[in-house]
Amino acid sequence: MNKTQQLHAWLLLLPALVMLAAFTHIPAVQTLLHSFYDNPRGGNPASFVGMENFQYLYEDEVFWQVLWNNAWYAIVTVPVSIVLALVMALWVNARLPGRGIVRLAYFTPTVLPMIAVANIWLFFYTPEIGLFNNVLNMFGFDGQNWLGDPDFALPSLMVMTIWKEAGFFMIFYLAALQGLDNSLYEAAAIENASRWQVFRRITWPLLMPTTLFILINALINAFKLVDHLFILTKGGPNNASNLLLYYIYENAFSFFDSAYAATLTSVMLIILALLAWVQFGILDKRVHYR
Amino acid sequence: MLRKLPRRLSQVGRVLAATVAAVGLSTAVQAQKTELTMYYPVAVGGPLTKVVDGLIEGFEQKNPDIDVSAIYAGNYNDARVKALAALKSGKPAQLSVMFSIDVHELMGQDAIVAFDDLVKTPEEKQWLSSFYPTLMQNGKVNGKTYGIPFQRSTIVMYYNKDAFRAAGLDPETPPKSWDELVAAGKKLTKRDASGKVSQWGAMIPSTGYPYWMFGALTKQNGEVLMSQDGTKTFFDKPGVVEALSFWKDLGSKHQIMPEGTVEWGTLRQNFLEGKTAMMWHSTGNLTAVKKNAKFDFGVAMLPAQKEFGSPTGGGNFYIFKKSSDAEKQAAMRLIKYMTAPEQAASWSKATGYMGVSEDAYKTASLYDYVQKFPAAAVARDQLKYATAELSTHQAGRVRKLLDDAIQAVLTGEKDAQAALSSAQSQADRILKRYR
Repeated sequence: MNKTQQLHAWLLLLPALVMLAAFTHIPAVQTLLHSFYDNPRGGNPASFVGMENFQYLYEDEVFWQVLWNNAWYAIVTVPVSIVLALVMALWVNARLPGRGIVRLAYFTPTVLPMIAVANIWLFFYTPEIGLFNNVLNMFGFDGQNWLGDPDFALPSLMVMTIWKEAGFFMIFYLAALQGLDNSLYEAAAIENASRWQVFRRITWPLLMPTTLFILINALINAFKLVDHLFILTKGGPNNASNLLLYYIYENAFSFFDSAYAATLTSVMLIILALLAWVQFGILDKRVHYR
Repeated sequence: MLRKLPRRLSQVGRVLAATVAAVGLSTAVQAQKTELTMYYPVAVGGPLTKVVDGLIEGFEQKNPDIDVSAIYAGNYNDARVKALAALKSGKPAQLSVMFSIDVHELMGQDAIVAFDDLVKTPEEKQWLSSFYPTLMQNGKVNGKTYGIPFQRSTIVMYYNKDAFRAAGLDPETPPKSWDELVAAGKKLTKRDASGKVSQWGAMIPSTGYPYWMFGALTKQNGEVLMSQDGTKTFFDKPGVVEALSFWKDLGSKHQIMPEGTVEWGTLRQNFLEGKTAMMWHSTGNLTAVKKNAKFDFGVAMLPAQKEFGSPTGGGNFYIFKKSSDAEKQAAMRLIKYMTAPEQAASWSKATGYMGVSEDAYKTASLYDYVQKFPAAAVARDQLKYATAELSTHQAGRVRKLLDDAIQAVLTGEKDAQAALSSAQSQADRILKRYR
């Protein structure tokens, strides 16, 4: 590349670079710096406190509980919604009558705003008048206090998240499935391969790039989707369903403790960076791109 | 639709006329017009934003030199977040309705001014002392008034009179003590042959604002949760622990309330569908219950153990420091208008929130309303037993400590003594430096 071309390239990158720097990179660095300071109080500027915030974080039981909750939340919702998405995509990719409607039905949860949906699910979960308990009662089972019992609160959130996410991921799988080369399947038919062999040897490997893409998105979402907490549980009872980002929000806006919120955010950034590194650095090598 | 058309057309006509007039006059008027931005929260159901819009419209008609944009900002937390965010950005609000218990926090941020420094004329000073003193408790710090009561409540007990009759209880004598509550609750809890409950005796919500409900139980047991200056909490006093054990017992021992937590947001629906015979809830729900209840219902003061009691609750008006003197004066005129007896009366009728002054209940409209619908006066009558709502420095964090402790006990994770002792020692650690 000669100099003019390089200049052109940089000029073309500039708008995106400015936006990214202004709204992502600079705030991230500022957050990291802020986590080493305390809160400005009554006109006094913030002062440097070193690792004090991180010391507090280490001793904060709620933080560890929230982190643990979030780990469980990711471990359950990510694989389940990916498997469901794949099954749904394979199903609606087949030539079945009315598949347009089925596709639409699967995609609907994604279109609805999370807050609105959570308000409806709140009534699904309500013990006395809720849908779930009424259905269970119909079949002679006892209902549960879904959101009011620490054992069920987080799983209840997971169910709603999976319902919300699976349809979204299905779209990616569906798009990928439509792009697969039909001749491979014809070859498999000539070889008399079983349906499982076709899936295992052709469909699944060819879908790997899509799976990786979805996996990254699902993992990030597991840390960043907390809208429903505001409506459903507010992290309760006693933090049983509290997640990291919601805890950050509480610290920043309910407790006005921006220093500790910055500390928590730094931890979250580090976790997400690690996850991204694992995915791009290690998994990427095992993915088959055409 | 068609019937509304002429009105629509005339509205359009009025808007057009106003626009033409405004364009013509704009240069002259805008020079003097004071513009106010105000955030306000809605924490209970119902179309309350319309009511506020109506009040604001009335004010603007009487005060053409002031232009108010009232912005609905979600629940109390959201309203505070938005108002403070606006303050930090270049476009601050001049006044807002926010949680009455935010006062220490707002002062800590150096965001608000005392009304004592704004009132000048004797008439204004008179206005400042016209409110129920109990409603001023959460708005006063070091003898100065920072919050003017607006959408204020106490917790009241709604009960289903039909269910009372069906259970052989007198619908005109709701339980007045904890023992009576338990006794009535046991009669009201209906179980089928397999032991499944189809109607609970009582529900006290324990999500959203558990510390608020708990404030009622502790007051009834003769205790308060914090010192007036907001630097000390009393979470581990024996009377407080006892109150929490009683709350827990309602579910586990007496079994007149579901175990685990009871959701704030769906409780009213539970009551309206007859799933609970009694509920403790904000009086701000009264008008919505009145409109939607298909059965005969009553409203009573909360029952007593050692004494009657409920915390006050709800939102106050605050004026922000970052406003010009003209804006502060305009803001005060707006607040004076909104809290004047006539407006306070119509606000109370539309919502169930209290009329904030004695004079509000003397207006013809609210007087008649209370005569016909005595339930509307219960919250007011309860005021003489009421105490301030939990409000300390670092209020959000301290509140969460108590909320978590309450929920841990109600869900059976900890016993009351352990949970409250640990909450108290953590609160002490936070509040130490404010003493």
